[in-house]
Amino acid sequence: MKKIDLVIIGGGPAGLSAAKMAAESGLSSLIIERNFKIGGQLVKQTHMFFGSEKQYAKTRGIDIAKILVNDVLKYSDMIEIMTGTTVVGLYKDKVVTLLKDEKYIKVKTKAIIIATGASEKVLAFEKNDLPGIYGAGAVQTLMNVHGVLPGHNVVMVGSGNIGLIVSYQLIQAGVNVLCVLEASSEIGGYKVHASKLKRLGVDIKTSHSIKKAIGKDYLERIIIGKLDDKWEFIEGSEEELIVDALCISVGLSPLSNLLSMIGTEMKYVSYLGGLVPLIDENYETSIENVFVAGDVCGVEEASSAIVEGYLTGLVVAKKLGYIHPNYDKLYLDFKAQLHNLRSGPFGEKLRRGLEEIMR
Amino acid sequence: MNKKDVIICRCEDVTLEELHNLMKEGYTSFEEIKRILRVGMGSCQGNTCGQLIQRELANFTNTPINKVVTHKVRPLFAGVKLKSIVKALDDES
Repeated sequence: MKKIDLVIIGGGPAGLSAAKMAAESGLSSLIIERNFKIGGQLVKQTHMFFGSEKQYAKTRGIDIAKILVNDVLKYSDMIEIMTGTTVVGLYKDKVVTLLKDEKYIKVKTKAIIIATGASEKVLAFEKNDLPGIYGAGAVQTLMNVHGVLPGHNVVMVGSGNIGLIVSYQLIQAGVNVLCVLEASSEIGGYKVHASKLKRLGVDIKTSHSIKKAIGKDYLERIIIGKLDDKWEFIEGSEEELIVDALCISVGLSPLSNLLSMIGTEMKYVSYLGGLVPLIDENYETSIENVFVAGDVCGVEEASSAIVEGYLTGLVVAKKLGYIHPNYDKLYLDFKAQLHNLRSGPFGEKLRRGLEEIMR
Repeated sequence: MNKKDVIICRCEDVTLEELHNLMKEGYTSFEEIKRILRVGMGSCQGNTCGQLIQRELANFTNTPINKVVTHKVRPLFAGVKLKSIVKALDDES
């Protein structure tokens, strides 16, 4: 059995930052990444980030990914990276089982940081499985990673930041975005993203949703409708649109299945996107030496995931006896950064959600 | 709405009609429904259908969604060939 002190599950912003900070403290780790390359969802995000300089604000997501990957590669003697590898089992005695190219591998570890991120939510409507219906994140991957257009005439469902940003990127790629639908009476994302779309003439229809998709072998048309204050379709408000792709962007839910598998205490918190683990102030779950970082314990921005990664990497290293020379200063700094990122009116629901999962 | 055309679980091709019929028969927990319809047992392991079924159960049983228990996740999380497990055992001994 392979033995390593720290296993980090997920090679996105949280996992990479955790590995870097652990290595800086003197602790070696193994990063396990399901995708063929590390960087997480940042590798497809061509827009610039907000936040402060410490979380690489005003830098494009793809460039932040490069910075984080390079940081990790600098410690190639301490950080082992396994890509194309899926965690298939997690056990209470801290054995992690992996599958890589049909090879089943067992790893015994002392601490685990789960940084698996989140997955896209879906909607239930008629013919919701027709080819041409995508998650907005999937469309972003198709376009920005693989260079493939999802269609020529697209409708976006959901006006959160992902829906707004992907709509804008579709237009940049030459796609006609007919409209953005938003079930709520208000636009979900930041005004700056919504304004960019409005300037390009894209209609953001609030209190509207997708009613059904139509098509034989692939998506050909959709029926949309207006919603009343109980989110029921208003009769007679239906409208038919000719589209060849539909993007669903109705939020993310934390990928917390592995935590459920190992039996950590969990709670469903809608403000955080779904089922999340209870954590203490250092992101340790109810099982000792099992930590979480990033969207898996509440859906936020990549900037928060980076800082949570740094924080857990720092704390785990100390618990295993590797104390960073600047531990106290860094600890306070990471805590302050997280506090700042969650301040203001947009962070209110998040702050309430996080209060609910504190152990 | 034609419930036959609303797909709840893509992995196992389960429709909203099948789910509603089962709930009407009295199966109102995720674990029971999983055992009959195989929801949550396909390649995505409940990541897609989980929240949809949770909402349907919440509406049907008139329970707040945060009180609806989802399924227990167990290893193995993805398909692993017996050959691979045997090979790993051989390598260990």
